[in-house]
Amino acid sequence: MAEHYSSFERGDWRWLLQRITAVFLIGALAFHFVLLHFVNHAAEISFAGTSARMDGLIYFSLMMTFLVTATFHGVNGVYNGLINMGLEGTPKKVVAVVLTVASLALVVQGTRVAFAMAGI
Amino acid sequence: MSQMHDRGMVESFGRWREFSAGMWAWVFHKLTGWILVGYLFTHIAVLSTAVGVDPGSSAVAAGTDVYTETLGGLEELLVVRFLEVGLLAVAVFHIMNGIRLLFVDLGIGLGGQDRSFYASLVVTGAITVASLPTFLAGAV
Repeated sequence: MAEHYSSFERGDWRWLLQRITAVFLIGALAFHFVLLHFVNHAAEISFAGTSARMDGLIYFSLMMTFLVTATFHGVNGVYNGLINMGLEGTPKKVVAVVLTVASLALVVQGTRVAFAMAGI
Repeated sequence: MSQMHDRGMVESFGRWREFSAGMWAWVFHKLTGWILVGYLFTHIAVLSTAVGVDPGSSAVAAGTDVYTETLGGLEELLVVRFLEVGLLAVAVFHIMNGIRLLFVDLGIGLGGQDRSFYASLVVTGAITVASLPTFLAGAV
């Protein structure tokens, strides 16, 4: 019988999280585009409309999860891409720290934005 | 059990004429990923105009607050509308090819990888073209 193929390596939590976030983001990104470009037209978006959407706990939670998963998936993807291009040793450690700080800053700022939109 | 594959000098983009469908899928997935993560940071920066807006203010009621005016001002620029269409194309391809990669990771459809890549391109093109009227409405 043919050996089952998988690119997973045991203990590689970043590999697993990249796939789990991917599954969530497929739905979240498609929903985001449909809601804010087709259901609501982007050119007509106002603070009042955004605020009304963010007032709902389910929508607010979805957007917060979207922010965190997209940040992880995107920044981890960049990190993987750089490693694939030969990044190693001290530069790899420096890049990991810089990307982690950038991710945290993005999530903190995104959370501030979400709270402002929800009027919290 | 996992297998490691030596892709060789994938980064030798000078050999692009020799690239197979799988190589192009890899290149496009990386490229669209870089664009999307770059956009994510830009998107939060633009949406940061919401910070400090008073939800109960008369400016919000009149639609003259800084958030509404910033987003509305950007949407008035035709180049922004075209950039949004480009972003949609980038996002749809990344989603379609991402679904393809998830199946490949599960060992499903390994024999049809070329065809599923071409299907990703066709679906991306179709959705992008079909979205043009909605994205450009009011701008042209």
